[in-house]
Amino acid sequence: MTRYVMAADLRRCVGCQTCTASCRHANATPPGVQWRQVLDIETGEFPDVKRTFVPVGCMHCGEPPCMEVCPSTATRRREDGLVTIDYDICIGCGYCAVACPYQARHIVHRATFAYGDQPMESELVRFDPKRVSVATKCTFCKDRIDDAKVRGLKPGVDPEVTPACVNSCIAGALTFGDRDDAESPVSKLLAETAHFRMHEELGTDPGMYYIWDRKEEK
Amino acid sequence: MSRIAPWHQTNWDWRAAANFIGGGTGTGLVIAGAVAHFLGTDYRLAFALGLVFVATGLFFVWLEIGKPWRAVNVLRQPQMSWMTREAIVAPFLFATGLGALWTGGGVLAWITPGVAAVFLYCQGQILRASKGIPAWRSPGVVELIIMTGLSEGAGLTLVLVAFAGFEANLTWLQGLLLALVAGRGLAWYAYRGRLDRDGAPARTFAALRAIEVPLAVFGLWGPILLLLVAFGVSSNGEWIAALAGICALAAGWLLKFTLITRAAYNQGFALPWLPVRGAGKSGPGAKPGWR
Repeated sequence: MTRYVMAADLRRCVGCQTCTASCRHANATPPGVQWRQVLDIETGEFPDVKRTFVPVGCMHCGEPPCMEVCPSTATRRREDGLVTIDYDICIGCGYCAVACPYQARHIVHRATFAYGDQPMESELVRFDPKRVSVATKCTFCKDRIDDAKVRGLKPGVDPEVTPACVNSCIAGALTFGDRDDAESPVSKLLAETAHFRMHEELGTDPGMYYIWDRKEEK
Repeated sequence: MSRIAPWHQTNWDWRAAANFIGGGTGTGLVIAGAVAHFLGTDYRLAFALGLVFVATGLFFVWLEIGKPWRAVNVLRQPQMSWMTREAIVAPFLFATGLGALWTGGGVLAWITPGVAAVFLYCQGQILRASKGIPAWRSPGVVELIIMTGLSEGAGLTLVLVAFAGFEANLTWLQGLLLALVAGRGLAWYAYRGRLDRDGAPARTFAALRAIEVPLAVFGLWGPILLLLVAFGVSSNGEWIAALAGICALAAGWLLKFTLITRAAYNQGFALPWLPVRGAGKSGPGAKPGWR
C-alpha cells in the first residue's frame, strides 16, 4: 500500500511563507485562497514568549470527514491517500467545508483576480472556471504525483514529482513521501523524531505530521 | 496575520438556518397533525402547512449552494452522507403528504408522519456529522434538533386551533406541547452540559449564553406556565395555549438560528507541544480561543 503524507518540522520552519507563495504559483489560486498557509502562533507571556510557525492545509486524512459528508461523491480518497475533489460533480453546498476541522476547504462564488475582476494575461491563461462555486483545497500537487508513475520517479525524492510547497521550502522543514515505504525520506524522518498530528482526537487520521523534537533515546 | 483561534464559519448562513427552521417546524407540524388526526380531527391543514414549511426550507438551502443547477448530484451518496439521505427522504415526504391531502385519510396519513420523523432525524445528523464545528458535532445536538422541531410543530398546531379554526382535541394537544417543551428543555441542558465537558470555542459559548435566558423564559418555563393556566381556565383556554405555542415556536427558531449562524465557530488550530529550538526546551501546547 501507499500512503502519501507530509511532515512539517516545526523546529525548522521560519514562517517565510515561501511555501504559500509557491503553492499559489503552482495552483493559481485566487486572492484570499491559500491552500497552503503558515500560521504564526505566539504563546506565553513576556518575557517568556515563544513564536511557532505552523504550515497547515488539507491533511489528506485517512478518515476524511469531508468525504463522509459529501452528498455528491465529488470528494474521494484515493488508494494512495490523496483526498480529491471532482469539480464537475461538486455542487458547492459547503458541507465538506463545515465538516473539515482543519479549515482547509475554500469556496469562492465569483472569479476574482489580483487586481479585481479583470485578470492579468498570466492569470487569464491559468484561470479555471470549473473552480468557481465549488469546494477547492490542497491537492498535494496531484498531477505531479500522477506523473511520477508515468516517468518512473519517486514523489518526495524527485523534485519534479514532489509538491511545490515541499520543493520551495528554504529551511527544509517540509518533507513528503510514502509513509508505508520504510525507506522513504518521510518514513525515516518520522522514525527518528517526536511528532504529533493536529486534532487527531477527532478520528480523522490526518496525513500531516508535525515534528517538534528528537525522539527520546531509550 | 493568520487566524489561529476559531473564527465564524462562512459557508452556511441564514439560508441554511432557514432549512433547519422550515424542516423542523414543518415536520413537527405534520407529526402533530397526525396526533390530532389520531384523536379524531382533520389533519389536512397541519399537513399542508407543514409541507409548505419543509419546501420553503429546502428552497432556501437550494439558493445557498454554489451550483444550484447540479443540485440533483446531492442524491449520489446515500451510503454515507446525511445530506443525501435528507434529500432522498424529502420527495417521499411530499409524495406521501400530498397523497394524504388528496385522499383525506387512509394509510398515507399514518405513513407521512413517519417519513417526517426520518427527515427530522436526518437534519439532526447533518449537524452531528459536521466535525469542523464543535457546537454542531456535540452528540446531544440530534436530540435537541428533534425535540425542538416537535415542540415547534405542536406549538404551531395550537396556534392553528386558535387562529385558523383547526378543530382538534385541545387538552391532548396542550398535554403534548407541555411534554415536548419539557423534553426540549432537558435536551437543551443535556446538550449544554456535554458541550461544557467536551469544550468548544469561547465565542460559541458566548453566543449560546446570549440566548439562555430567552430560551428559558419563552422556550421552557413560559409555555409550561401558560399551558398549566390553559388547563385550569374554563374559557379562552385556546388563546392562552396559542400564546404558549407561539412562545415554543419562537424559542425554537431562535435556538436554531443561533446554533446554525452565531454559534458556528470552527475548530481553529491547536498544538499539543511547542517545538524544541536550539538548546531550548519544548513549551506547553496552545489551543487559542478555546475554553
